[in-house]
Amino acid sequence: MSLPLIVLLPLLGSLIPLLSSNRQRNLNAGSTAILPAIALAIALYHAPSVLGGEVPRFSLSWVPQLGLDLAFRLDGLSLLFVMLILGIGLLIILYSRYYLAPEDSMPRFYAYLMLFMTSMLGIVMADNLLLLWVFWELTSLSSFLLIGYWYKQSEARRGARMALTVTGMGGLAMLAGFLLLGHIVGTFDMQTVLDSRQLIQADPRYLPALLLILLGAFTKSAQFPFHFWLPHAMSAPTPVSAFLHSATMVKAGVFLLARLHPALAGSQLWLYIVTLTGLVTMIYAAYFALLKYDLKGVLAFSTVSHLGMITMLFGLDSKLAVIAGLFHIINHATFKASLFMSSGIIDHETGTRDIRKLSGLRHSMPMTAALAGLAAASMAGVPLLNGFLSKEMMLTEALGSGILGGLAWLIPVLATLGSVLSVAYSLRYVRNVFFGPPATDLPKTPHEAPFMMRLPMLLLVGLCVLIGLLPALMVTGILEAAGQATILAPRPELHLAIWHGFNLPLLMSAIALAGGVAIYSVRRTLFSFQRQFPQRNALMLFEYAVRQLLGATQRGIDRLENGSLQRYMLWLIVVVLFLTGSGLLDLTQLKGELPLKPLDGLLIVGAAITILAGLGTAVLHRRRLVSLMMLSVVGLMVSLAFARFSAPDLALTQLAVEVVTVILLMLALFFLPQRTPKESSGARIVRDVLLAASFGGIVASLNYALLTRSLDSISGYFLANSVSGGGGHNVVNVILVDFRGFDTLGEITVLCIAAIGIYKLLNRLRLFMPSSDSEGRPWSKDLHPMLLATVSQTLLPLALLVSVFIFLRGHNEPGGGFIAGLVTAVALILLYIARGVDWAQQRLTFQYQPIAVAGVVIAALTGVGSWFFGHDFLTSAFGHFSIPFIGEVELATAMLFDLGVYLTVVGATLMILANLGKLTTRHRPSKENDKETV
Amino acid sequence: MEALFATVTGFLAASGLYLALRGRTFPVVVGLTLLSYAVNLFLFSTGGLTTDGAAVIQAGKTHYADPLPQALVLTAIVIGFAMTAFSVILAMRVRGDQGSDQVNDQRVEDAKEEKS
Repeated sequence: MSLPLIVLLPLLGSLIPLLSSNRQRNLNAGSTAILPAIALAIALYHAPSVLGGEVPRFSLSWVPQLGLDLAFRLDGLSLLFVMLILGIGLLIILYSRYYLAPEDSMPRFYAYLMLFMTSMLGIVMADNLLLLWVFWELTSLSSFLLIGYWYKQSEARRGARMALTVTGMGGLAMLAGFLLLGHIVGTFDMQTVLDSRQLIQADPRYLPALLLILLGAFTKSAQFPFHFWLPHAMSAPTPVSAFLHSATMVKAGVFLLARLHPALAGSQLWLYIVTLTGLVTMIYAAYFALLKYDLKGVLAFSTVSHLGMITMLFGLDSKLAVIAGLFHIINHATFKASLFMSSGIIDHETGTRDIRKLSGLRHSMPMTAALAGLAAASMAGVPLLNGFLSKEMMLTEALGSGILGGLAWLIPVLATLGSVLSVAYSLRYVRNVFFGPPATDLPKTPHEAPFMMRLPMLLLVGLCVLIGLLPALMVTGILEAAGQATILAPRPELHLAIWHGFNLPLLMSAIALAGGVAIYSVRRTLFSFQRQFPQRNALMLFEYAVRQLLGATQRGIDRLENGSLQRYMLWLIVVVLFLTGSGLLDLTQLKGELPLKPLDGLLIVGAAITILAGLGTAVLHRRRLVSLMMLSVVGLMVSLAFARFSAPDLALTQLAVEVVTVILLMLALFFLPQRTPKESSGARIVRDVLLAASFGGIVASLNYALLTRSLDSISGYFLANSVSGGGGHNVVNVILVDFRGFDTLGEITVLCIAAIGIYKLLNRLRLFMPSSDSEGRPWSKDLHPMLLATVSQTLLPLALLVSVFIFLRGHNEPGGGFIAGLVTAVALILLYIARGVDWAQQRLTFQYQPIAVAGVVIAALTGVGSWFFGHDFLTSAFGHFSIPFIGEVELATAMLFDLGVYLTVVGATLMILANLGKLTTRHRPSKENDKETV
Repeated sequence: MEALFATVTGFLAASGLYLALRGRTFPVVVGLTLLSYAVNLFLFSTGGLTTDGAAVIQAGKTHYADPLPQALVLTAIVIGFAMTAFSVILAMRVRGDQGSDQVNDQRVEDAKEEKS
């Protein structure tokens, strides 16, 4: 049960530093350290059993549909990394306390650091591939925050962005790889995947999965050719580099190689890709480490080089090579973290990290010099230090690699060359900085750093020496356990010792040391040789590439989305034509099996009028008023069609909506140009006519095909249960308010939202109000004709009565909330038209927005109400009541729902029309507001 | 009768689409309205064309029109109105703010003018 705590305590710990302020530096650092210290204690508590070969595991189902579990394990490999992360992490907390300047925000720094620590712990302890990936991306994100900690510096921001882009994209590739792997194995559970080596490697998807996962590992561990982000991540504060770029972040990549080694390794593909990538990276980066002038630049490239070496070891087809890689992970973490810390101290005390300026620092900071010297010696592989041991193992394994056939000798030779370069840059780091005459032109006068700042370095270098002197005692246990987890073989027997007698690897080490010194002494020749090549800045290239990509994307978008609605419409229609047309092509014949119904004269006349009016709307569209009148003819004919084909509810609704629509469009037309100018080219008209004709043809064919085929409808259920289940005889209404009530609720919500949107659109709208029509005839002076006023006022109570009647009978006869609402709205609008907005507003003082909203609320509450009776949302109940003069009425809760519909329709319709009408009066909302502000 | 009905739907759809492809707001709004008539007729007809069979349950009556498409179309008519209203008011707003009733972006119109 305590396993998840190792990950979760640091996560909780990311909040702790935020509780205290920047001024309480000791408190801030001290309180931050508590939770990771407890986590480390928990890990150490488990250590004996893990070293004994047990694997504590913990699992909690998280998203079972995806196969994602919150599962953790603590095998030897995890334990090794957990100790590195938490141990070095605690030292970094101490070191940062002294490194950060008073103006840097400590709480923010520590919060990011703890977040990063959590993600790293998550990676190494994850027992589920997807969970591992989640933490993997979290390290990318949190390292982005850490690298960009000094966000006011452009270098830091750009470096952080590049690191995030490269590692983030690698992470996405890795996710794809994991998904493939999960599909091959059938689960994302780590142990099952690790046990399925033969299944995985026999699958054709092994190749893409491997390549994608390696892409993730190589970008994270800065392997060639993805190494370029790491040197630029050096713009991070030095403690971040010491943590992320020595012990953790970049080790995540090699960790992944180790973690998935049982499942993925062993194939020729793995052998060649991993080994050769590692080898190339090792030599390439070591060469550049020699050339850098920035202390951290040297360390960054040397890190890349050493990661290359570890990668190569994981690639080699030998169990001891894997052990050597694990061993070097420990060693590299210790010496590189202390070297980064030394560069931080030097930067802190002298104000510069430029090797050309630094010199003779051993006089002013003897202890730092001694510690850095030992760490660098370990990096160079000097005997009696831990770096020597793992390098010796590496050279042994390189000798026995057995790849590249007849060219097998290349591997040890190149490995030795890498070691030679490693010696050379280590020597340069120590000799140029600490030896020679004391520098005179430093920004600050150098002196020794505070003891507590040197303490973490001291501990790490002490570890280097201890492991170097007593390897068997110090690391055998953990290496055996980690090795067991990595190669899944019976536990390897390790005999670590300093002295193996005179053998070939020892000779190679000697060559490396001598060659390193030799190269160091001729380094000036190397510098001048390198100067003839043009400088290539990876950051500039990267940003150039990003700009190119963005530019190309923008051009693509501009081409597709050029702001022409006509073009979008065209694409849309072409797609629709293609999809429906291809569906029609599959039919053997258009006409289905149903017999045709007979025609009568009335139908033919009606159809002819509809077609003519429809065509008229289109043909006469430049005379907008005429076109609108044609449109209203179509609307009326559609309404008649509904009546003819047994849909009285539809006919009534269509009729009422038609009235409202035409009033609305006429009002709008008042403010818009009365005529459409002639601007379409002939070609455009031909194109559109052809398009419209084919669209119409396809719609007609589809409709005909549908009408002549019998369909299985679910409507039998509605017809059978309308009276017994819904308490109403009008099935259409019962469907609306009962069976499919939830749909209706959604629809009136949309109506209400549309009306509110329109209300906002009309707010403060100023439009030119013409005083005459398009032919220059002035509008009539008689704004409110007497006849209309009288008739509308007389009609209003009648219309309201009718709407109540329609509403009440709606459940059993054609009618209902929609229609009643529309009738009420039309009656009120008629009053507005006849009497003017001012007159109507004086008398109709209520607001329409609350009415519409109240309608939606009533409908929703009706639905909620059924919960109180233990039924599902919107279950209706009904009973029979006798109302005087109306007679027996079935009152159902559905009627309450219908009331909501009614109110929404009235409110929304009037909100739209009354507010639009207001634009025509002196009391336009905009003017009113202006007066108030003046 | 089916063929005639389908022809009407097709003509309405074609006229509506032609208008929707115009370059000014008002014809586009009218076109969309016309198109929605066509769509409503089409949806309605999926339940078959029934004469004298309103879906009001009466004792002894067995011949009913399919009520489901009717219910769907009823709400579609109301929503269609909301859509028409929204688009026409949007058109007015654009004219108020930009002084133009063209549907295309100004940059497209500018490019056109440069060409000619």
